[in-house]
Amino acid sequence: MLAYTMRRLMVAIPTMLVIIAVAFFMMRLAPGSPFDTERALSPEIRAQLMSFYGFDKPLYIQFLDYLKGLATFDLGPSLIYKDQTVSEIIGSGFPVSMTIGLAALLLATFVGVPMGLFAALKQNSLPDYSIMAIAMAGICIPSLVTGPILSLVFGVYLGWLPTAGLDLGKMTFETLLLPVVTLSLAQIAIISRLVRSSAVEVLRSNFVRTARAKGLPEGQVLAKHALRAALLPLVSYLGPACAGLITGSVVVETVFQLPGIGKNFVTSALQRDYPVVMAVVVLYAGLIILLNLLADLAYGLLDPKVKYE
Amino acid sequence: MTLLTTPQEKAELLEAAVKGRSLWEDARRRLFRNKAAVGSMIVLGTLTFLAIFGPFFWPHDYETIYNDRVLEAPTWEHLHIFGTDPQGRDLFVRLLYGLRMSLAVGLVATGVSLLIGVIWGATAGYIGGRVDQIMMRIVDVLYALPFIFFVIILMVVFGRNLILIFVAIGAVEWLTMARIVRGQTISLRKKEFVEAAEAAGVTSSSIVTRHIVPNVLGPVVVYVTLTIPAVILTESFLSFLGLGVQEPMTSLGNLISIGAREMEIAPWLLIFPATTMMITLFCFNFIGDGLRDAIDPRDR
Repeated sequence: MLAYTMRRLMVAIPTMLVIIAVAFFMMRLAPGSPFDTERALSPEIRAQLMSFYGFDKPLYIQFLDYLKGLATFDLGPSLIYKDQTVSEIIGSGFPVSMTIGLAALLLATFVGVPMGLFAALKQNSLPDYSIMAIAMAGICIPSLVTGPILSLVFGVYLGWLPTAGLDLGKMTFETLLLPVVTLSLAQIAIISRLVRSSAVEVLRSNFVRTARAKGLPEGQVLAKHALRAALLPLVSYLGPACAGLITGSVVVETVFQLPGIGKNFVTSALQRDYPVVMAVVVLYAGLIILLNLLADLAYGLLDPKVKYE
Repeated sequence: MTLLTTPQEKAELLEAAVKGRSLWEDARRRLFRNKAAVGSMIVLGTLTFLAIFGPFFWPHDYETIYNDRVLEAPTWEHLHIFGTDPQGRDLFVRLLYGLRMSLAVGLVATGVSLLIGVIWGATAGYIGGRVDQIMMRIVDVLYALPFIFFVIILMVVFGRNLILIFVAIGAVEWLTMARIVRGQTISLRKKEFVEAAEAAGVTSSSIVTRHIVPNVLGPVVVYVTLTIPAVILTESFLSFLGLGVQEPMTSLGNLISIGAREMEIAPWLLIFPATTMMITLFCFNFIGDGLRDAIDPRDR
């Protein structure tokens, strides 16, 4: 297990390097610069800015400098917000995104799993069909549709919840409810479909039949034998699910005007604020790799058939 | 039980018994028995027809601005049946253009991903060995990229050009396709009917075209139908963030983003594009599910 973890981490290093390199060179080779302002800067000032940020050095040296900085957790200054370092920008946006993402994932699991299990137990009945119809709707209706509609209904027409905005450091239940629900809808749909199909398969399997044959009450058959096996695919889904929540959160943060990291990313990319863009990419790539590894390790712990050498 | 009397009846029965149904014939029959899939095909066909030919017969143009009819609610007057947008343009015709754009992006980008994915996957699976390992390792590394970020960087960096949208999204979606095709190719190469064909002396090119390709086609077709809605979603997501197609051209995501901005005073600007998008995505998903049930031999 330890050896497996180490090997996975070793593979993660070249992957991260590729990601950093692709993002770095893509941004640098592009036309346009962060110093393109309405009024053209004088050549002297421009040259000074370039040398201050090290943009006058050869590209590969800049890349190596960046890697050196990364290794010491120095993400550099923001090119647009002169009074903030990249770490500060990420530090203020990340908690917002993480709170929304985690809450949405929890909500999706606690709603999606029972829905899927219930549908599997009542297979091919009216409840099953209606749950699967709801799940289909959840998959087909993207967050950029549900977000505005929820905000229109609950914020504008009913006036129960705020439609947008979040004061920094003041994340209240009311302000987070709509974004979290919006973000979780698609996940609820995917999780309930996943759990249903794996539970249907498990309920037909031999060990469940054995458990029933030896006279266990149905509740115990489900709780002790079927549930664990049925939830296995969910564990390996949670890695990619986080990736889904990340991309979804860009839309949700835009719709609800939340100062999260996804919104940071889009504005920084538009303003050519390279260090911020790079930091977000590195952070998310690292998170995805880490979460996938954790999901695989958890899978190994839960499934006795899987052995890591 | 009645005995067969005439020789003619006997011959007919014999012929019916001998004439088997092919795999695809079987799949087609199962697909057409699926009401949701057939309904979706009809709806989607109608929508596509409207999107392509509708604008020619509509009295308004997608970029004509009526300064005196800004943000008009749906009305029969001047035939603004879906109302007008903040610039005073007819929403119905813009919706048709938006749908056309979204469908085009969906089809072309999926085509790009199909091309790259099938060639990559089939090559890796068929050659096998070290080449396979290297090719699939590349796919693994690319899988870990936060792709939506790269698409955003691409759009920002190289400007919002239409061809780039097609290529960028297609280049994002080919990875799963490559994996599916590779897996299928490898498992098929070990199947008894391929061995039988080899033993009977069929050339390897005939084996690929007659046995491998038709069998890989099933899962690929299913995956293509499910990729199209994913691509449409990605494009609308980009347009929603203001990085997709540019005004005055439009797409469903672009219309939804305008609708979301104006929803408090003009809810129809959100409701009509959002509904159109949902219907389109529903249709593709139902057809995809129907095709999977029809083609996937495991469920037989």
